[in-house]
Amino acid sequence: MRRDVTSINREQTRKQRILIADDSEMNRSILADMLGDEYEILEAENGLEAVSAIQKYRTEIDLVLLDIVMPEMDGFEVLTVMNRNNAIEDIPVIMISAETAPAHIERAYNLGVTDFITRPFNALVVHRRVVNTTLLYAKQKKLVGMVADQIYERERQSSLMIDILSHIVEFRNGESGQHVVHIRTLTELLLRRLVIKTDRYPLSPSDITLISTASALHDVGKISIPGEILNKPGRFTDEEFTIMKRHTVIGSDMMEAVPVQGSGPLVKVARDICRWHHERWDGRGYPDGLKGDGIPISAQIVALADVYDALTSPRVYKPAFPHEKAVEMILKGECGAFNPLLLEILTEVAPQLPEELEDRSGERTAQMEMRSVAQEMHHYEELSASERTLQLLEHERMKYSFFAAMSQEIQFEYTADPSMVTLNAWGANRLGLKETVMEPHGSDKVRDILSDGDMEGLAHALRNTTPAQPVIRYECKITLNGEERWCRIIARATWNAEEPPQYTGAIGKAVDIHDSQMKLAALERMATHDPLTGLLNHVSAKKRIEERVEGRPDGQFALAIFDLDYFKNANNTFGHIFGDEVLKFLADKLRESIRGADIAARVGGDEFLLFLEYRGELDPIISRIYHTISDSAYEQFPISLSMGIARTEVVGTDYETMFHAADQALYRVKRSGRGRYDYYDESMRDMLSVISPIEGSADPAGQDGGEGKGEDD
Amino acid sequence: MTLQECYAAMGGDYAGVTSRLPTERMVQKFVLKFLNDGSYDLLVRSMEAEDYAEAFRAAHTIKGVCQNLGFTVLYQSSSQLSEALRNGFTPEAPALAEQVAVDYKQTVEAIRTYQTSNGL
Repeated sequence: MRRDVTSINREQTRKQRILIADDSEMNRSILADMLGDEYEILEAENGLEAVSAIQKYRTEIDLVLLDIVMPEMDGFEVLTVMNRNNAIEDIPVIMISAETAPAHIERAYNLGVTDFITRPFNALVVHRRVVNTTLLYAKQKKLVGMVADQIYERERQSSLMIDILSHIVEFRNGESGQHVVHIRTLTELLLRRLVIKTDRYPLSPSDITLISTASALHDVGKISIPGEILNKPGRFTDEEFTIMKRHTVIGSDMMEAVPVQGSGPLVKVARDICRWHHERWDGRGYPDGLKGDGIPISAQIVALADVYDALTSPRVYKPAFPHEKAVEMILKGECGAFNPLLLEILTEVAPQLPEELEDRSGERTAQMEMRSVAQEMHHYEELSASERTLQLLEHERMKYSFFAAMSQEIQFEYTADPSMVTLNAWGANRLGLKETVMEPHGSDKVRDILSDGDMEGLAHALRNTTPAQPVIRYECKITLNGEERWCRIIARATWNAEEPPQYTGAIGKAVDIHDSQMKLAALERMATHDPLTGLLNHVSAKKRIEERVEGRPDGQFALAIFDLDYFKNANNTFGHIFGDEVLKFLADKLRESIRGADIAARVGGDEFLLFLEYRGELDPIISRIYHTISDSAYEQFPISLSMGIARTEVVGTDYETMFHAADQALYRVKRSGRGRYDYYDESMRDMLSVISPIEGSADPAGQDGGEGKGEDD
Repeated sequence: MTLQECYAAMGGDYAGVTSRLPTERMVQKFVLKFLNDGSYDLLVRSMEAEDYAEAFRAAHTIKGVCQNLGFTVLYQSSSQLSEALRNGFTPEAPALAEQVAVDYKQTVEAIRTYQTSNGL
C-alpha cells in the first residue's frame, strides 16, 4: 500500500503534462483552453518538435495529442519514431485529426495510438478523453506496482504454509520445534558457501531460496508414521526401522500428489528432498540407494543439515552433543557418508554455525523474510521499476539539462535507430542547427559543418568501440559560419544489454580546440625553423631528410652544403645587421630556386643545406640552383658560394655519412679557391672537413664519418 | 452585431460551435483570433510559388480550424481544396483556391464587422 501513497504524492507535486502537436496555433490554443488549468501544456508546431520534446521529457509527458498533417514530419512519422524508441509504451497518444478515412484510423491504431478525437473538437469530449486516458495510464502504472506486491505476498504466504505444515510434523515428532528453522538456516548457509566455492552445481540465488524453503518439508512424510514408533526412546527394531524409513517415500508421494499450480519448482525440489535426504554418498542409504552426485544436491545438503541438527539437538533417545563434537563426528564419517566437497564446506562454515543458528531462531521470520523479499525484488526488477525509479530518472534528466544549458560546449546524443541527433540548446545555437536532427548523415546542414570523411571516421570509431571501452576522442575541423575550426569530439558509444551487445548510439561533446591548436602549430614552427631566415633548422631538416629517405628507400638523393664566400668580410665591413640581411637575401634566393619537395635549411652561421631527390642527371639541377643564387648580389656585396654535394648513389643513405661527405667536398672547394661547387667522391675520403673542425659549430657527429648514429636531436 | 449574426453573415454554424465549446466567450475569443491566423496567407503564397505540398497543408489547416469554429462555408471550400491538393497539383485546384479566397473574404468581413460594431 505504500506504493499508492507515493504515487498520490507524486501526482500532487506536479500537474500532468500534455504535449499538443499541431501545426495550427489556433488549434493548439483551442485544445489548451479546453483542457484548462489542470494540465501543464507543452506545444509542438511540427512532428520534429514533437519528437524532440518526447526525447527531452520522455516519462515526464503524460499524454500526447497528435495531429496527422504537419510539416517537417507528420503524425504517422512521429508514431513510427515513438515505436522505434519504445516511447509509445510509456506515453499514451491520442490522435486529433479531421482525417476520418478508415485507412488512416487503422494505421494510427496499428502504430499504437490509444484513442482518436476527430474535428470539430467538442470541449467535453476532448476533456473527458484526456482525463480517461491519463487515469487509465496512471492506473496501469499502479497495477504494475500491485502485481509486484502480490508476488511478494504470495511468496510470503507460501513459506508460511510450509512452516505451519512442518511444525505440525515436528510437534508429532516431539522435536524441538526449532528443527525446521535450523534446517532451513543450515541449508541456506551451506548452499551459499557451495556456490562461492565451486561452479559444479549451477545454482542461482533464487534456486537457493527455493531449496532452503523446501528443506522445511524434508520430514513431512513422518505425518503418516505411527506416533509410538516416531517417539520411541531407544533403538528401533528392524521392523520398526523399515516402517520409519518409509517417511521418505511417503513424503515424496505427498509432494507428487500436490496439484501443481504455479508452485511447480518448489514442489519438485521438495519431492527430491523428501525422498532422498537419507541417501548416502557411498550408495548405502535409503530408499533408492542412489550414489554420489546421483543424489540431487538439494537432498545432499539437506541430509547434512539434518544430521548436524539431529546431533546438536536433544532427542528422546539421546542428549544434545556440543557443536564441535557434532562436526567432528560428521567429518569422521560416524554419522553417514557425505560428498567430500560438502564436508569441506561444513568445515569452512563450522565456526559461524552456533552463532548463526542462535541468531536465526529468535528473529528468524523477520530476517529470512527480508532476505527473501529482497531477492524477489531483485528477481522482479522490471516490475518494480516504479515510482522511485521514475523520480530518480526525472531528477537525473533535470540535472543533465541544467548542466547542459550552463556549459558553453556542444553536447550531443545520438541514437542509431531511429537515426537522430539531439543537441543541447547552446550547441544547437552555436552550430546553427535545430536541437533535434533526424538522419544526420543525409542532412545537408550537418554536412556543411562536418565533412563526409569525418562523419564516416567518427561513425567508424564509435562502432569499433566495445562495451568495456566505449570512449573515443576524435579531432577534426568543423565549419562554423564559414570558418573552419579545429575541434575535439569526446564521445561514449552506448551499447545495450543484449547478448551480443548492440551498438545503440553515442553521447558526447565537441570542444573547440582551434586556438590551442593554432598556438601549438606556431610553437611547432618556432621549434623547427630558423628564426632569421625562416628556413628549417638543422635538427628538423635532419629529421625530415631521414623520414624522406626511409619513405623512399629506392630514391636517388643529393645533399648539398654551401656557405657564403667572404661572409666574414661582409660582417666586418658593413656590420652584423647587414650580414643578417645578406643571409635573408640568400635564403629568399634559395627558396625561389628550389622545388616544393626539396628541403632547405640553415645549419650554421652562414652555412646552408639543400636536400633533393632527382632522377637522371643531377648536375643540371645543381648548376641551375648554384647559378641562380650566386649570380646575384645583395646591394654592394656580391654573392659567391662554395658548395659540396654528396649523392646517395655514392655514399648511401645514412644521414651522418651524407652530411660528412658533402662537408668534405665543400672543404675541397674551399681549398681550391672557392666560388664553385663539387661532388664528393671516394678520393676525398680522408679529407678534412669545413664545418666540424674549423668552426666546430654544427653536428659533432659529422666528425667521425657517420659512425655516430643515434645521436638524434 | 451579435456573434450569432456574425455567424449568419459568414455562413457558419453558431448552434454547433456553442454546443461544442463551453462558453460563448471562448467562441468569441477564437473567432477574433482567426483574423490573425497565418494559414490563409501561407496558402496564397504557396499557391503562387507552386509549392503544392505546402499549399495542401495550409488548406488542411484552414479546414481544421474552420471545422472547430463552425465556419461552415469556408470549411467546405477549404476541405475541397485540400482534397484536390492532397497528392499534388490537380487541374481543379486553382478554381477551388479562388472559391476559398471568396469565402475567406466573406468570413473575415463578417468577423471584422462584428469586431467594430462591438468595439472589440
